[in-house]
Amino acid sequence: MDIGILGTLGLYSLSTVAYVVFLFMQKKGMHRYGVWLLVAGFVIHSLSIGYWTFMSGHIPVNTLRDTLSFAAWAVAGVFLLFHHRYRLKIMGIFAAPLATVIMAVVATMPVTTMAAKPMLKSIWLVAHVTFIFVGEAGLALACGLGVLYLTQEKAIKSKKPGFFFRRLPSLGQLDTAGYGCILGGFLMMTLGLIMGVVYAKAIWGRFWSWDPKEVWSGITWLLYAAMIHMRLSVGWQGRRSAIMAILGFATVLFTFLGVNLFLSGHHGEFTR
Amino acid sequence: MTNKFEILLIGLNHKTAPVEIRECIGFTGDESQQALLDLHALEAIHEVLLVSTCNRVEVLATTPDKDAAARQIVSFLSEMNNIPAADFEGNLYQHAGDEAVRHMFRVAASLDSMVVGEPQILGQIKEAYRAAATKRTSGVILNRLLHKTFLVAKRIRTETGIGDHAVSISYAAVELARKIFGDLEGRKVLLIGAGEMAELAVEHLIRNRADAVLVANRTFERGVELARRFNGRAIRFEEITDGLETVDIVISSTGASDYVIRRDQARGVMRRRRNRPLFFIDIAVPRDIDPEINRLNNIYVYDIDDLKGVIEENIEDRQRAATKGERLVDEAVIRFRQWYESLDVVPTIVGLRRKFEQVIRAEVGRTCPGGSAQGVAEDALDKMVNALVNKILHDPTTILKCEEGHGNKAQLLAATRKLFKLDDNDTC
Repeated sequence: MDIGILGTLGLYSLSTVAYVVFLFMQKKGMHRYGVWLLVAGFVIHSLSIGYWTFMSGHIPVNTLRDTLSFAAWAVAGVFLLFHHRYRLKIMGIFAAPLATVIMAVVATMPVTTMAAKPMLKSIWLVAHVTFIFVGEAGLALACGLGVLYLTQEKAIKSKKPGFFFRRLPSLGQLDTAGYGCILGGFLMMTLGLIMGVVYAKAIWGRFWSWDPKEVWSGITWLLYAAMIHMRLSVGWQGRRSAIMAILGFATVLFTFLGVNLFLSGHHGEFTR
Repeated sequence: MTNKFEILLIGLNHKTAPVEIRECIGFTGDESQQALLDLHALEAIHEVLLVSTCNRVEVLATTPDKDAAARQIVSFLSEMNNIPAADFEGNLYQHAGDEAVRHMFRVAASLDSMVVGEPQILGQIKEAYRAAATKRTSGVILNRLLHKTFLVAKRIRTETGIGDHAVSISYAAVELARKIFGDLEGRKVLLIGAGEMAELAVEHLIRNRADAVLVANRTFERGVELARRFNGRAIRFEEITDGLETVDIVISSTGASDYVIRRDQARGVMRRRRNRPLFFIDIAVPRDIDPEINRLNNIYVYDIDDLKGVIEENIEDRQRAATKGERLVDEAVIRFRQWYESLDVVPTIVGLRRKFEQVIRAEVGRTCPGGSAQGVAEDALDKMVNALVNKILHDPTTILKCEEGHGNKAQLLAATRKLFKLDDNDTC
């Protein structure tokens, strides 16, 4: 897996460099390089994950290293989809470095092998993990868009348009794209949670067991549900929506990493 | 050898001539068509292009005699506009060769404009060129020069971003609106009061596809009149609060001594708008819009000083871009000169070929009467080869042997050896 990881890391890093150069120089060619390098990285990453799934007979999510790699894969993939849909060039400046940083962490972690457990082979688990991660990648992008929104808003409100004012898209576009990411991410997360619940019933005999990860997943889900509800009912858009996207993602991160590191429960064994 | 034709440019612009002179010398659309033909008819002028705008008049020509051409152009301008040449001669500038090319590039790239980076001038030059091309007053040199001019102007625009940001108040307002809303299509505009700058801003917004203009004026009749101009609808001054619920962009320019819209009013409106963003452009002095409103979520307030601050920054940017643009112009001038010099080579080559062909055809005709090579004796062919070599090399030999070579005989010999590659290691 190491060659796959290093190749992926290399391509993601180059893509990041291209995006940074694009941010400063505003050369269209650089942006194209950024996209295609990320595509290349994503293809190698997918092949690498596919290979290990095939070799071990289960989806590689049973160590923290594998899980992080899977998360970076989801971020890259969802970003490429997003890019296709919204054409916000500047968004790569958030997604490419994020995937790169995660992969850099992955590359420094030791490879630990664990005996494959039969429970990992269930199709429900594969679906559960994939949906959750794709959903969370969407929410990560929404968070990035929220940060860009607040940056652009500050430039406009302070009446000193400068570096970012020129380079960032309009508030309207950022807000619409951010909301799109939240809707998509929330939908995926909901599906993923349903799969998880069904899967829990199948192997532990109960849908819900007040495990800390379950509780925090529930909190995260409610938070996003409330966010969408408020937007539709009383018009929480713009600044408030951007802040909520950032807070929401902080909760996602805590559910993903914090719970495993600080609390214990039956998800722990996947990420130790 | 030099080119038969030189490039000459004579003109005046906003820097060299005051408006009183410019309005006398300028040509309107139809006039300039006729003027173009008249210029082309001048004896000393070969190709010609005429650019006439409110800020400049430029006559670009190729001529075998630039002094005569300059005199003829000046007297033409004087006769055409009924103004003694002495009155405007001091305002004219005259460029030839590289300098004329550079001037053309700079004008088209808007480096020479009153507002550096403004985009209209390129269109005006394209228009002038189209006229010259259809009336066939432009030829090989000007076609190429104008073609390059458009490329240079486009390159400078994309590479330096010289025209990217607004440098007028009303454009700055449009640019800000685009940064807030993205697309302006279907955005509703409310104009409160009236005034030149405010009306200009509304026009720019409409041109950027904003729609449905509401106009509120203290005098309802004046509002109706304005609304008709923008294809909009007038509302009464007391209805402004209701109007705020539906519009997206508000341009305010009243003579009121106190705020027309206050913070509490705006806050209530936002709730009813369900937080859809609202952009206030306050052009009035004293101000119409409470500046505190800018602190509310999703509302943006720009007053006249804020807009001025924005364009000042943009003006500085344009100056930096212009410096970069000058460098691109320098490069392009050099490349054009290379092409222009290569023009000398073409007729020389054509001449050489024609001369050789004549000699060879004549000899072949003598050796093979009727054009058929059948039955020609071998010694006749030998004779023909000898005659060909003698005739082709007659002139070069005479010149090489000539005693009055002005000290450049060595050069001539070297050139000959090189031209016919007599030394094996020579390359082009």
